[in-house]
Amino acid sequence: MPLAPNAIDFNAVGQVFATQSGPLTALDAVNLSIAQHEFVAVLGPSGCGKSTLLRLTAGLMLPSEGQVSVFRHPVTRPRDDVGIVFQQPTLLPWANVLDNVTFPARHKRGRVSALDRDRAAEVIAAVGLKGFEARLPAELSGGMQQRVGIARALFLNPDILLMDEPFSALDALTRDAMGYELLKLWQASPKTVMFITHSIPEAVLLADRVIVMSARPGRIIADLQVPLGRPRDELALRAPEVQDFAAHLRELLIAKEPAL
Amino acid sequence: MSADVEPHAKRAGAVPAAPTRKAPGLPLTERLIATPVVLPLLTFAVILVLWEVATRVFAVPSFILPAPSRIIDGFGAVPPARWSAHVWATLRVALLGYLVAIVVSLPIAIGLAKSRLMSRALYPLLVVIQSVPVVAVAPIIIVVLGTDDAPRVVITFMIAFFPLVVSMTTGLMATPPELIELSRSLRAPGYREISQIRLPYAVPYIFSGLKISVTLAVIGAVVAEFVAADVGIGFFIQFSTSMFRLPQAWAGLVVLVAMSLILFQAVSLAQRVFFPWSLPKERR
Ligand SMILES: Nc1ncnc2c1ncn2[C@@H]1O[C@H](COP(=O)(O)OP(=O)(O)OP(=O)(O)O)[C@@H](O)[C@H]1O
Ligand SMILES: [Mg+2]
Repeated sequence: MPLAPNAIDFNAVGQVFATQSGPLTALDAVNLSIAQHEFVAVLGPSGCGKSTLLRLTAGLMLPSEGQVSVFRHPVTRPRDDVGIVFQQPTLLPWANVLDNVTFPARHKRGRVSALDRDRAAEVIAAVGLKGFEARLPAELSGGMQQRVGIARALFLNPDILLMDEPFSALDALTRDAMGYELLKLWQASPKTVMFITHSIPEAVLLADRVIVMSARPGRIIADLQVPLGRPRDELALRAPEVQDFAAHLRELLIAKEPAL
Repeated sequence: MSADVEPHAKRAGAVPAAPTRKAPGLPLTERLIATPVVLPLLTFAVILVLWEVATRVFAVPSFILPAPSRIIDGFGAVPPARWSAHVWATLRVALLGYLVAIVVSLPIAIGLAKSRLMSRALYPLLVVIQSVPVVAVAPIIIVVLGTDDAPRVVITFMIAFFPLVVSMTTGLMATPPELIELSRSLRAPGYREISQIRLPYAVPYIFSGLKISVTLAVIGAVVAEFVAADVGIGFFIQFSTSMFRLPQAWAGLVVLVAMSLILFQAVSLAQRVFFPWSLPKERR
């Protein structure tokens, strides 16, 4: 198999924020490479810089040290081939599902073409919301709202999908279901995924690779391949080596969680 | 805004599905609460009756407190054409001042929300302007601007304007930061961030400001008329009082209250019709 090119590269990246109580080091010497179409989960305690990692990749901010590259180009501003899914769906409450999904086109170019509408229909169907196009967000459940959020991120067909704890606001059952659906989507249309989560089972279910970060200043303390083939199901997750792997992740996280 | 906090109007669907035969047996208080208009009207009617009885029993002179029946007579003391002239004069000034306040506050609010520099430079000034008692400045404004509508519109504007700026600015800053990040990640032009995200998100805030300001605009018009006018409800109340025709003055007051209420309801209705999504679910 030919080696896939790297989609995302962090090269000695540090991020320092100026705060009222002095400089705050959010990230310290982060080196990370993510191959194209790889599914990488990022685990770490609260405030360790996971979202910062994602914002740097999205080009929403520039690192104070080192370099972030996407497809070998240094990131200096947001790129078109990166889609973002947030923790909250953050849909436009006045716009129906279709208009929310086509929002990137309307916002970026000022209009929505017939082609855009076809593409929207496609992604809406892909996330299982066919028939709900005319609904307002308030008329949808939390899980359905987040599907719209995912459809909106997929709409511009990005190569890289950045997901910041996208399912953490959902109940446990919906959360599992959404995980499996995301895998289906990803297998049908491969993308490089950077998936931030607090949930070890979620990371193990979804990812090829799990990155574990330490508490502030955020450093990468482990970079582990998930010992599981694909496709995955409940049964495979119960295999002893998978359970051991999850336990190992838990130890890494607990050891690094600061005493409160 | 007290009128904003509606009693928890129970929709028919919210009432537990009791067998139909039992429905009329619902306690009276429950049924009264279920129909939001009846209760306040009933209270009002009771107050009117007590008022009428009290003024008669204690023979209160009408210049202290006229009975409701005397106030109704007060309406008849002036021909309808005269009434409509007064109403129109006040309404015109209130609406013009309100409109100017809206038009001026929007760009200022956008500036305050978008630029820290502008908010540092302008906000203290706005607070100072707001702290100036308009009633005290009104005579000066009239002297400067003359005695036609212009000074009255300016006075109305000054009273109606501040809550609008504050509510608009608050609304423009209430956008979820993720949507602003989404906008930036799309590299969309800045004006679209305002027009497609911030402004629509501000609609509920803007409407609460619009509701406060519309009643303030009526107050502003009346204040201006107190200072200098020869027509308008404010002028009419002042004139009637000076002539010791108190029932007539009270009639003017009733007209003013009605005007405020109608304008307030009109703004609420506009929100319900044009921006139903901006209301809490149970009020759509
Ligand atoms: N723009 C900023 N200015 C100042 N400090 C910031 C900024 N953004 C993030 N930080 C700080 O940097 C640290 C890392 O933030 P980040 O949001 O990346 O953490 P996180 O790992 O995503 O946390 P969580 O799990 O709670 O989402 C935090 O201490 C945060 O307070
Ligand atoms: Mg975060």
